[in-house]
Amino acid sequence: MAETILAGVTVKVNGEGYFEDLSQWTKEMAIEMAKEYSIELTDKHFEVIDYLRQKQKAGEQLTIRKVGGSGITDIKGLYTLFPGGPLKISSKLAGIPKPVSCI
Amino acid sequence: MKRIVILGAGTAGTIMANKLRKSLPANNWEITLVDRDTNHYYQPGFLFIPFGSYSEKDVVKPKAKFLPKGVNVIYTDIERIEADKNIVHLANSKTLEYNFLIIATGAHLKPDETPGLKDKLYYKSIFDFYTLEGALALYQHFKNWQGGKLVMAITELPFKCPVAPIEFICLAEAFFMKKGIRDKVDLTFVTPLSGAFTKPNCSEVLTKVLEEKGIKIVTDFYIERIDNDTKTLISYDGIELPFDTLVIVPLNKGDDMIERSGLGDDLNFVPVHKQTLQHEKYSNVFALGDAAAIPTSKAGSVAHFAAEVLFDNIMSAIAGKPLEAIFDGHSNCYIETGYGKATLVDFNYDFEPLSGSYPLAGIGPFKLLSITRINHWGKLMFRWIYWYILLKARPLPVSSHMSMVGKNVRM
Repeated sequence: MAETILAGVTVKVNGEGYFEDLSQWTKEMAIEMAKEYSIELTDKHFEVIDYLRQKQKAGEQLTIRKVGGSGITDIKGLYTLFPGGPLKISSKLAGIPKPVSCI
Repeated sequence: MKRIVILGAGTAGTIMANKLRKSLPANNWEITLVDRDTNHYYQPGFLFIPFGSYSEKDVVKPKAKFLPKGVNVIYTDIERIEADKNIVHLANSKTLEYNFLIIATGAHLKPDETPGLKDKLYYKSIFDFYTLEGALALYQHFKNWQGGKLVMAITELPFKCPVAPIEFICLAEAFFMKKGIRDKVDLTFVTPLSGAFTKPNCSEVLTKVLEEKGIKIVTDFYIERIDNDTKTLISYDGIELPFDTLVIVPLNKGDDMIERSGLGDDLNFVPVHKQTLQHEKYSNVFALGDAAAIPTSKAGSVAHFAAEVLFDNIMSAIAGKPLEAIFDGHSNCYIETGYGKATLVDFNYDFEPLSGSYPLAGIGPFKLLSITRINHWGKLMFRWIYWYILLKARPLPVSSHMSMVGKNVRM
């Protein structure tokens, strides 16, 4: 476990920078983290982030396909919003654990 | 008369039917199995067909051979489950009432869901090895193939037997080496994951195995479509990957009947309690094997281990007692790495695959996360065990719960 300072607050993160405690997350932290990926967060980004946080709290397993079928955006749109690794990056910004695809 | 209905007579359903029929008196309990197919397929054997090591007769036998006497077997499609009324509607408009229902209808391939997969190159240059037809078509294709770019790609998770694509590419490498055309074959492994495998320990070992064999790994590749004219895989972020022969794991989904019954998640797998396998809303409904949406592998070993737990829980439910047997997500897979060798992984919900020996501490004979000849023999021997011991629910000297004994906690 490590700590990092986001938006002036010390938060617990794992080795890859994913939040250990969902409740520490704020929108300001997401905005700050997004800068590392050169992403400026829009309302659409936050709709995805809210969706991820809701589903995480409900204990549901998250996949790109699922987010793509959420009605917020499609898979292609998700790649445009979070280029490179849409689910990995959006999960990090949403303050939820890195999605572990079931094996 | 009370009734247990089991939907699906694959690995999970067949084991359950055998276990329950042995323990429940026939004069009180009627057990009914429903499946659309009269054949039982040894699905782990499909992997060996493209390389000619197994043929059709090794992997197909009549289902009836493995089912106990005193179980009603109905070969038909299932229309839907009406869980509010404890009724299953069959395709022939007949209905089955149940006291307990076990859903074991498996995972199915959906090649239609990826544009360009089931198109003009299907079974000509694009193949799967998760169906008998696909594996046999690939066997014919490889007979005359003179080399080129061979791509093994995964469309989406979860899918059945998550180690099989890695085994496939390793076996292909050895196959073309033996054939004398290895220098003409360019091998690439394509996955939507960030590594060769999800479990980090295991991913490390397997990445090394692939690299040593000169197999390229492309990670984080999420397939949008396949262009049949240019023979190219195209990802959602626009990356293009050319192939001459594409072997692909199509999207896996639960049975369509699950969707019609309103009992599935977005991939038609049935969400059940991961430890008791009981449905959250309907306490007399359970899901077993690939059909269940639980966070472990979709694999025969999981169906087998989970069946032990489900059996105990159904017996408790019948007796009106709380469900105390707990499934720990135990999964156990032999991974073929080619040249007569294999490795073995053993893990559960909480523990990553560890090195060590299995099933006996210090003795083995199988070695976890090591590549050995005896592991390969274990895999081959398993086909016999499957047909003659496992399906009939005869006792095996392995625990349904994962054991830490014999495992090295530090790698």
